[in-house]
Amino acid sequence: MPAVPTMPDINETKLRNATIAVLVDNEPGILARVVGLFSGRGYNIESLTVAPVDEDRAISRITIVTSGTEMVIEQIKAQLDRLVPVRKVCDLSIEGPHLARELMLIKVVCTGEQRMEALRLADAFRARVVDATAASFVFEMTGNGDKLDAFTALMRPLGLAEVVRTGVIGIARGTYSLKA
Amino acid sequence: MTPGEANSESQNLMSATLQTAASAAETMSGAEIVLRALKEQGVEVIFGYPGGAVLPLYDALFNQNAIRHILVRHEQAAVHAAEGYARSTGKVGCVLVTSGPGATNAVTGLLDALMDSVPLVCLTGQVPTHLIGNDAFQEADTTGITRPVTKHNYLVKDIKKLAGVVHEAFYVARSGRPGPVVIDLPKDILIGQGPYSEAPTAPHRSYRPQREPNAELVAQAVKLLKGAKRPIVYAGGGVVNAGPEASRLLTEFVRLTGFPCTNTLMGLGTYPSTDRQFVGMLGMHGTYEANLAMHGCDVMLNVGARFDDRVTGRLNAFAPTAKKIHVDIDQSSINKNVPVDIALVGDAGLTLKALLEAWKASEQPQHTGALAEWWTQIEEWRGKDCLRYRQEGSIIKPQHAIRRLYEITREGGRDTFITTEVGQHQMWAAQYFGFEKPNRWMTSGGLGTMGYGLPAAMGVQIANPDALVIDIAGEASILMNIQEMATLAQYRLPVKVFILNNEYMGMVRQWQELLHGGRYSESYSAALPDFVKLADSFHARGLRVTRPEDLDAGIREMLAHPGPVIMDCAVAKDENCFPMIPSGAAHNEMILGPDQEGGVKGVTDEGKVLV
Ligand SMILES: Cc1ncc(C[n+]2csc(CCOP(=O)(O)OP(=O)(O)O)c2C)c(N)n1
Ligand SMILES: [Mg+2]
Repeated sequence: MPAVPTMPDINETKLRNATIAVLVDNEPGILARVVGLFSGRGYNIESLTVAPVDEDRAISRITIVTSGTEMVIEQIKAQLDRLVPVRKVCDLSIEGPHLARELMLIKVVCTGEQRMEALRLADAFRARVVDATAASFVFEMTGNGDKLDAFTALMRPLGLAEVVRTGVIGIARGTYSLKA
Repeated sequence: MTPGEANSESQNLMSATLQTAASAAETMSGAEIVLRALKEQGVEVIFGYPGGAVLPLYDALFNQNAIRHILVRHEQAAVHAAEGYARSTGKVGCVLVTSGPGATNAVTGLLDALMDSVPLVCLTGQVPTHLIGNDAFQEADTTGITRPVTKHNYLVKDIKKLAGVVHEAFYVARSGRPGPVVIDLPKDILIGQGPYSEAPTAPHRSYRPQREPNAELVAQAVKLLKGAKRPIVYAGGGVVNAGPEASRLLTEFVRLTGFPCTNTLMGLGTYPSTDRQFVGMLGMHGTYEANLAMHGCDVMLNVGARFDDRVTGRLNAFAPTAKKIHVDIDQSSINKNVPVDIALVGDAGLTLKALLEAWKASEQPQHTGALAEWWTQIEEWRGKDCLRYRQEGSIIKPQHAIRRLYEITREGGRDTFITTEVGQHQMWAAQYFGFEKPNRWMTSGGLGTMGYGLPAAMGVQIANPDALVIDIAGEASILMNIQEMATLAQYRLPVKVFILNNEYMGMVRQWQELLHGGRYSESYSAALPDFVKLADSFHARGLRVTRPEDLDAGIREMLAHPGPVIMDCAVAKDENCFPMIPSGAAHNEMILGPDQEGGVKGVTDEGKVLV
């Protein structure tokens, strides 16, 4: 007999974050469908990333970070799941331990003492220097959102000029793997 | 039918030109591919309106007889007609419109079908692929515009995928919770040559809605139901969509359990209205007994309804003491508005079957004593006779007009289909016209689209040529798609349009009376046409009745006339639709009509912001 589906805790009113992985057919309009679903129903998107992930580029993997009550997150997953090109929906936040990573490129324009300080901090945070001129650095950094936020905050007084972040991607730890 | 049979049958029925094209080169034009796929999908009728971008399809239609094209007078009407066709038959309705304005005119109909879960496939023309994005003549971003109003949509850019897309569109439209699907067809795709492929037999790669309910949860539900002291069954449109067998199973289940049964607006007909266990429609204009039974029940079985706000009233006061069981094919309907205790995701018919079997297999006794007490309470509520009205004086009461229409059509014994427009007349139709079978009642529930009823009736009549089809209309709504009288004339469709003419947008007037201090801003139907002459000019029979003593004769004359009729029935202008649960109120805070005791409660400010 198939497992009995469990019910979300519908009385839980606390908001929680959810990192949702979605495998979809890589076809035109799919991103508009997903984004339209979120805007049309008033769900929150904290970040969204997407790229094809299989050999023949037929399947894309979308990672959405959102927040809501337990009931809202259940709704989001059910609404995603009934989109025709959606193959799998997985709430990484509750399916077990998972890794979440984000890539950031950050430009700092500074000279003199501030340059030394920026470099020192980059080293402590394991950010890589990927571009340098006499008056600037571009650092590359991966990690979870908090770490990137902390580094960005430290760069602000040192001449923070530009930040670009990819949004979060996530994957379950262990042998479990999400397949289309 | 195996795919092979389907193929040979479609080949037989296809025209000679199509056959040669298919067998000689194994390729055919995009337009021919579309028609052949429609035929394979069982399409017999298509509602449409031509234009430049779809001329190749019209050309292909010209060369064949298998699919009948019904030329409407406005694209919105094409979609509503296809809805009427689909809802009265259970088949997928089919629409064909041109690019740009043709597609945008169809949008209201598509959303109507989405909200009411009606299976449709709508073909839209598009400018040729190389012009897409150039603001070409009659270009619209149709997939962009229709994305939020369809269940799914496609833009075909590769003719090799065309046949597969058409087959998939029909599968998506009818599977799971049904809905409208748009296929946008650039003109070069329709003209180009490509291969045909039959409908696939393999399961769809991603869209496979669950149809069978979880057996363990069914057992839990039966346990709860058997232990109920004040149960109620609340059945909606999902039961209609699951096919007539689901309504039969619902009736069997309700009779077996001895439970009371109520219907949503969309579910009317799934349980026989004349049965003693039927407590009437529930919700904003539902009966006293249905709403109070919902409010006071201890176990609620919702089959194929979605806890819509018209039904629940104020959410935090909705059925506060009930354990709730929700049967729905759409997982996203579960816990959307109302948290439930047991969710049975599956087809309404298959789930009812499983519930019946589990009920019969269970040895747990029912609380027969408590159930009898519950019925005593319900009968007391029913005794209030909340739909009572007094027909007196020289003016026809709208309730009386519907009641007489119902009684006289019943005497006639013809299979009768009712469509409606939107407003008070719609609610009176729901309250005073009884339905014994599903698929006989077509109304715009979710979207509330004025102008729905006449084109929907057209579609119903096309699908049921020998049946009696009546559009119960308001004088304001009927003008929203009145041009379809010409379609009735062209195809000799004997649809009867029964207008409750109160010279007001009555439902708007009612809200203004109850919520806005009687300031009747812009709700008077000024400068109305002479509906008798209007009917005449559209080659139909026009009748006008103003006195109660002429009502029956008028109805009989309308029904006896073999062609289309507009009956303009002048009714009381100031009548309100009761009972009413004002927005933001709970089921037990219902306003009753002037003929019943019970005071009118004020509407809260919170309620006023609600629609
Ligand atoms: C397309 C559309 N526009 C506006 C409305 C809002 N509306 C709901 S009922 C109604 C009045 C309908 O008047 P009528 O057809 O005369 O019906 P009555 O209520 O008088 O029976 C209006 C304007 C609507 N439902 N649909
Ligand atoms: Mg009116």
